[in-house]
Amino acid sequence: MNLHCSISSDFNHVQVHHILSFDQVQHENQTSFKLIMDAKKITQIYEGLGTLARKCIFSILSVSIIPNHIAFIMDGNRRYSKQHNLIQGAGHRIGFTSLMSMLKYCYELGIKYVTIYAFSIENFKRSPEEVQSLMDLIQEKIEGLIKEESIVNQYGVRVYFIGNLKLLSKPVRLAAERAMEATAKNSRAVLSICIAYTSTDEILNAVVESCEERWDDKSEMNLIGVEDIERHMYMAVTPDPDVIIRTSGETRLSNFLLWQSGNCVLYSPAVLWPEIGFRHLVQAVLEFQKHFGYLRKQKRI
Amino acid sequence: MLSLSFSSPFPHSYLPKPLSLSTNNRRLHVFIKNQFTGAGIPSPEEPVVTPAGLRRELMPKHMAIIMDGNRRWARSRRLMPQAGYLAGARALKKVMELCSKWGIQVLTVFAFSSENWLRPKIEVDLLMGLLANKLKDEIDYMGREDIRLSVIGDVSKIPQSLREFITHGENTTKNNSRLNLVIAINYSGKYDIVQACQSIALKVKDGVVEPEEINELMIDNELGMKSMQLPYPDLLIRTSGEVRVSNFFLWQLAYTELYFTETLWPDFGEDELLRALHVFQQRRRRYGV
Repeated sequence: MNLHCSISSDFNHVQVHHILSFDQVQHENQTSFKLIMDAKKITQIYEGLGTLARKCIFSILSVSIIPNHIAFIMDGNRRYSKQHNLIQGAGHRIGFTSLMSMLKYCYELGIKYVTIYAFSIENFKRSPEEVQSLMDLIQEKIEGLIKEESIVNQYGVRVYFIGNLKLLSKPVRLAAERAMEATAKNSRAVLSICIAYTSTDEILNAVVESCEERWDDKSEMNLIGVEDIERHMYMAVTPDPDVIIRTSGETRLSNFLLWQSGNCVLYSPAVLWPEIGFRHLVQAVLEFQKHFGYLRKQKRI
Repeated sequence: MLSLSFSSPFPHSYLPKPLSLSTNNRRLHVFIKNQFTGAGIPSPEEPVVTPAGLRRELMPKHMAIIMDGNRRWARSRRLMPQAGYLAGARALKKVMELCSKWGIQVLTVFAFSSENWLRPKIEVDLLMGLLANKLKDEIDYMGREDIRLSVIGDVSKIPQSLREFITHGENTTKNNSRLNLVIAINYSGKYDIVQACQSIALKVKDGVVEPEEINELMIDNELGMKSMQLPYPDLLIRTSGEVRVSNFFLWQLAYTELYFTETLWPDFGEDELLRALHVFQQRRRRYGV
């Protein structure tokens, strides 16, 4: 029996090819069941080795400071679809798989807070078909998150949906509320999914709520300060991000976490979101560690 | 001598660096004369030029610069910090000349942030003194070059003498139109939004507006920049290798292209600016859609 195994660079995907000789083909039926079981065991072993390799790298990174909160701008799904001649929407589905991998690595590394920019209010200006297919995908994936075997239960992740949820259609909004309720007891990590979100809308909402809070005592209207606005932000449930990773090489915030990103390292690898991997997360953490010393000095100053 | 150089990749981006044209002989640059379609009308003696490799229609209307690295520059040369700030002022004048020549309408520079008050008093006094001297020295130059001076930020906390120079400078240059130089002194993006919120809250208190009528446009109009009717920055450049925005502008940066360079501010010159503009012109701006 010849087995050919290949491991992807993020130690996550293992392909096992079983190459049979002519003699072995004759006994194939008898031994095929046993061979499949062996192949499965070997796959598990290789996946385990992959996890171990990642854990080693994470231990090395953990010698220095690890970011507490990483945010992702998942840019490049449509370009990926075009480059690989896929049907519309396929890039986003592959992007979701990449997201699950990145979340797994983040939680394995011990990053407590992860925020993702899933859908901007400006994205509603895209074609209705594209918006609808994105909303369908989002609803499908939110419902998948609530399932027992999903990553949120595996790592004890509490999920927040951040944004102007009133702009979403009822099924998506209800699914989001169900997911938030189902994961409310989780406390090991936090996943903030920004949907129907722009930072300017978040600030606007905080300003309006700050004014409404003082409605009964209007004499205090002009005493509204930074703390009031921060208290009313959608993102008040998490600390400020330490790193914002934007894929596809664009270096702009696109109305994401403008208020919270003042002292946050911005990292923009040229890779498209569906192609993001383990090494990019390692690189982002190294960038954070490189700038941390100066950043801490600035914060003290 | 004309030379072509390929620089090493940016540490913070995997974008390939553009070709850089460096020459000691300025006459060898190829210029393309274009109509100036900006906010003002330049004098006929000094038409706007577009450097080789750049497209006129893709030039940023508003460029913002975080002038970081002056102290590090001085330290690396074993000089006092004031030497770094003086060198930084010289670099700023050079960039102002280039912006004026290339038709960039607004140049915002961050001279002093709210967080800088926490630096040692002697350094803060030095910076304030330098700002006052530079404003005094350059006011005639700005008059000659048709440059308008504007200042944003909370000027109530800065020394009286500097405040007087600022007022004098703004009044003297208010009719100039070729380039609008905006200097941010004691400015913080969060402070700007809070003061916009406070003025909206006062309108709510007076019954001029209901809370549910507050929208993004209203906040827009209350921000410091908008009262001068300036566009939001198209490009933000930060020198010295720091890859963050540090609360310099906030609301206005929603769709601004960010450009980070390892070069320290006093070393930032024409080549670096050309490189930044070249990278900017290659970006695909979608404004969130």
